[in-house]
Amino acid sequence: MEQVIYTNNLTKRFGSFTAVDNITFHVNKGEIFGFLGANGAGKTTAMRMLCGLSIPTSGQGYVAGCDIVKEQEKIKKNIGYMSQKFSLYEDLTVWENIKLFAGIYGMNIKDIKKKADVILDRLDITKEKNTLVKNIPTGWKQKLAFSVAIFHNPKIVFLDEPTGGVDPEARRQFWEMIYSAANDGITIFVTTHYMDEAEYCDRISIMVHGKIAALASPKELKEKFNASNMDEVFRKLVEGTFNME
Amino acid sequence: MVKVNNISKSFKDVQALDDVTFSAEKGELYGIIGPDGAGKTTLFRIMTTLTIPDKGTVFINNKSIIKNYMEIRKTIGYMPGKFALYQDLTVEENLNFFASVFNADVNDNYDLIKGIYSHIAPFKKRKAGNLSGGMKQKLALSCALIHKPEVLFLDEPTTGVDPVSRKEFWDMLAGLKEMGITIIVSTPYMDEASRCDRIALIKNGKFLQVDTPNNIIEKFNSNLIAVKTYNMRRILDDLRKCTNIKSAFAFGSEIHALIDDYSNIENVSLFLNNLKYNDIEIHKIKPNIEDCFIWSR
Repeated sequence: MEQVIYTNNLTKRFGSFTAVDNITFHVNKGEIFGFLGANGAGKTTAMRMLCGLSIPTSGQGYVAGCDIVKEQEKIKKNIGYMSQKFSLYEDLTVWENIKLFAGIYGMNIKDIKKKADVILDRLDITKEKNTLVKNIPTGWKQKLAFSVAIFHNPKIVFLDEPTGGVDPEARRQFWEMIYSAANDGITIFVTTHYMDEAEYCDRISIMVHGKIAALASPKELKEKFNASNMDEVFRKLVEGTFNME
Repeated sequence: MVKVNNISKSFKDVQALDDVTFSAEKGELYGIIGPDGAGKTTLFRIMTTLTIPDKGTVFINNKSIIKNYMEIRKTIGYMPGKFALYQDLTVEENLNFFASVFNADVNDNYDLIKGIYSHIAPFKKRKAGNLSGGMKQKLALSCALIHKPEVLFLDEPTTGVDPVSRKEFWDMLAGLKEMGITIIVSTPYMDEASRCDRIALIKNGKFLQVDTPNNIIEKFNSNLIAVKTYNMRRILDDLRKCTNIKSAFAFGSEIHALIDDYSNIENVSLFLNNLKYNDIEIHKIKPNIEDCFIWSR
């Protein structure tokens, strides 16, 4: 199976503090990979290295066939990114946001227009094309942000807590969009604090103090930790490991 | 202790709050549960005298938020949703600063915050901006408590916080409740509802329901089932095609669905068997608060 992400002893230190400590793992093409951990466990630092935004202190990593140390610019062209904190520009319209992001990824205007029509129709927000993003409901905003993040058809999309604070119904619709993107062959790398969402992933890793403490499918993890759900698995791994960050 | 009567508030053409009414007794832990954009923060800003409502009245310990706002401000603690402490002051400096604003002495009220502050005391010389998410929340809670308020308003204190730290935070709130402090807290996490004495479910500026978590669950009057199979990705779409199923959503490792009548469970099972699912587990379940939120109208 093709590996879209592959790391070998990836490490990042800030002074004497080791944020990411020798992590080795891989993610398969088309997989929904859940990247979990407590606050301060090193998830964001690891994700920044994988996205080509931070250079590792030691170790290797490849994302979408690119070396995360030597080919940082090339990585950015091959991935999509969305987070709860930053996704779209609130004071641009829906269409302006699409045009801006697709343009940054080098798509030509004709292709952008054509694909934008399809996506707006699918999201049923064609009539909101010229509405400022700040005036569309939160649930729609997240779905639009996800569509924009995969607009240039990246090999992999990084989702950093994409559903934080989202309405329970919209949160579930968002995951149905993730499934559909994964079925189209886009690899999904997602972080979340909702443990029910961990169940929707093909495989999950749980970081504790910069290390990957567990990595397997939700079913295997529940069996291994003798837990009835992922919340319990998470507690068993993380509880009592006070974060000293 | 807190009385909110028929509050409405609009910003231009957006109605943020629409005729909201509730009251919390002294010593009660009251939860305002709902997603982003539901109007929670506007409600908190009104209750803490920072925003004036278009309509309605609010009384905090019998004082009006309009007429007696200066008195109210001395007796409440407010932890806003955005981290609002001084990032370039240390942990200790922030605490002393907030105490001095209220003419309070850290030592006098230390017992109140001890259980919380002791977690971050080892880092008291560290700048607040350099704390991890969970520790920032503990410091913010300490600062909101240091003048010994009668009522504590916490706007989404656990958003973006991991499940273990969230539980720890709620344990702390339970401790404060024991000390007689009235707490109004908002959250988008439905699983936190059970930690509250009473809750209000808020959506699009309106309260859908106000009651104890248990009563809300008891009042749920639709027929709910859970469905489980090996191939969870495919089953959701198929289940929605079944005429006995009114609505279905993923819930962790199961699908929760509304069925027209419990006597049709066998029909649904047969329907799925005909679509080549041969390991179907299907049974009647009691809703949780998230079910109540999704399916209450």
